[in-house]
Amino acid sequence: MSQATLRVQRISGHAGTVPGEDAQREYTVCKLIDTTTCIGCKACEVACMDWNDLPFGETIFDNTYQTMPETRWNYWNLILFNEHEKEDGSLMWLMRKNQCMHCADPGCLAACPSDGAIVQYTNGIVDFQQANCIGCGYCITGCPFDIPKMNPQTHRVFKCTLCADRVSEALEPACIKSCPTGCLHFGSKDDMKDLAEKRAKQLREHYNFPNAGVYDPAGVGGTGVVYVLHDTTKPELYGGLPADPHISWTVKLWKGPLKWLGNAAMIGGLLGLFVHYLRFGPKARSEEDLEPHEGEQP
Amino acid sequence: MSHPDQILAHGRVLRYSFPERAWHWVAGFSYVYLLLSGLAFWSPWLFWLAMILGGGQVSRMLHPFVGVVFAIAVAAMYNMWAGQMRITDVDKAWFSSVEHYARNEDEKMPPAGRYNAGQKSLFWGFVICMVLLLVTGIFMWIPQYFPWHSLLILRIATIIHASSALITIGLFMIHVYMGVFAERGAFGSVIRGDVSLQFARRYHPGWYEEITGQPASPKK
Repeated sequence: MSQATLRVQRISGHAGTVPGEDAQREYTVCKLIDTTTCIGCKACEVACMDWNDLPFGETIFDNTYQTMPETRWNYWNLILFNEHEKEDGSLMWLMRKNQCMHCADPGCLAACPSDGAIVQYTNGIVDFQQANCIGCGYCITGCPFDIPKMNPQTHRVFKCTLCADRVSEALEPACIKSCPTGCLHFGSKDDMKDLAEKRAKQLREHYNFPNAGVYDPAGVGGTGVVYVLHDTTKPELYGGLPADPHISWTVKLWKGPLKWLGNAAMIGGLLGLFVHYLRFGPKARSEEDLEPHEGEQP
Repeated sequence: MSHPDQILAHGRVLRYSFPERAWHWVAGFSYVYLLLSGLAFWSPWLFWLAMILGGGQVSRMLHPFVGVVFAIAVAAMYNMWAGQMRITDVDKAWFSSVEHYARNEDEKMPPAGRYNAGQKSLFWGFVICMVLLLVTGIFMWIPQYFPWHSLLILRIATIIHASSALITIGLFMIHVYMGVFAERGAFGSVIRGDVSLQFARRYHPGWYEEITGQPASPKK
């Protein structure tokens, strides 16, 4: 929400150019989540609520260690607990810290109609500006990860900000600072990808995880949050992480061909009716004119 | 089918009763609001329309409520007019010579009744789009009240809402053009209710014969 030293790269619902586009030489920032060393302690959940002053809400016990079934408008960071039985019958406990992925090609921003309600900074952070949010919920249809949530009282949508206010002051996000195992890292995208690949290589070569790898889906242009997974071929095991996330075809159709077709039809229709009036005019000059013209045609 | 059209003094006839005119304008004003606020949500280049209407949040808040008003007005018009809007053989013939109608060669048109085939198409187009807009609009408005709601249904609802709104915009443009510009007398009829008998004879010969009991074209 703070824009102290952040420049805007992209703006939702915006006609014309973007003031900060390509104005700064800046690192793309990235959060690395190593699911293989996460112990599910939820320190990051607490740190997120603490730093962002989110109110304490009701938790839902659903026969797992998970705080609640899914993220909420005022609960942006949630560890998903999944029990997975391996082929040899042994149990694996998969824990994934779920939050906004900060896509390079954000579906929420593409779907949003309100000028400046969603911005992407030059450092890659995708942030909601609630002052400009009109509460239509289009961003919810745009997100491939089902992250944005609406406050039903105020009709404004909220999600993880990647602690844009902290990052703009050269601090790491609150969740990173709280992690006791070091499974969370924060830095430039290049550095984080490098670190993630090294860790995945270690898992492949020295631990028994031949499919270990990095989750940085190309379908959304890469993400500002990357995961190291034990098995990168089955991301769905980690609480439904999509294997190949894309902006939904409905949103692409709506914001692409339908928009251009609709605009062309509306402008063409107005022009067509105007030209029709120039060419043929009214059917009669006035109502009184109707009588003398009756049956004038041979 | 029959309609209590009264022949008035000075060669005029009452075409639209007060309830018909009133419901038409409830629909008309609510539609214009929906059109302008909807266009603001449609394209960033038209978002300034929301500023004129009180801002994005106000437009977003009022759009669904005004939509309900429009739906009620369309339902009332359906109730009044659906019986008169059945497509007849004359209407099929009218469609096949619609080119003459566009060229203002009205004397070459088959004798339309109280409503011609174009007006009937407008009516059915608006009724069908209204149902689609209402169903998808309510879902987009309050998805949390539908226990079976899902992201996919919401996405498809959004597309259907935009597409059917675009169809109504096309119908609306033709409707306003015909009523205000092309057929002099039509706009007055939906304000004051009456048209001249010449108007009836020229544009709705079938209706003219029905209300006067005289042939519309004595020369034939």
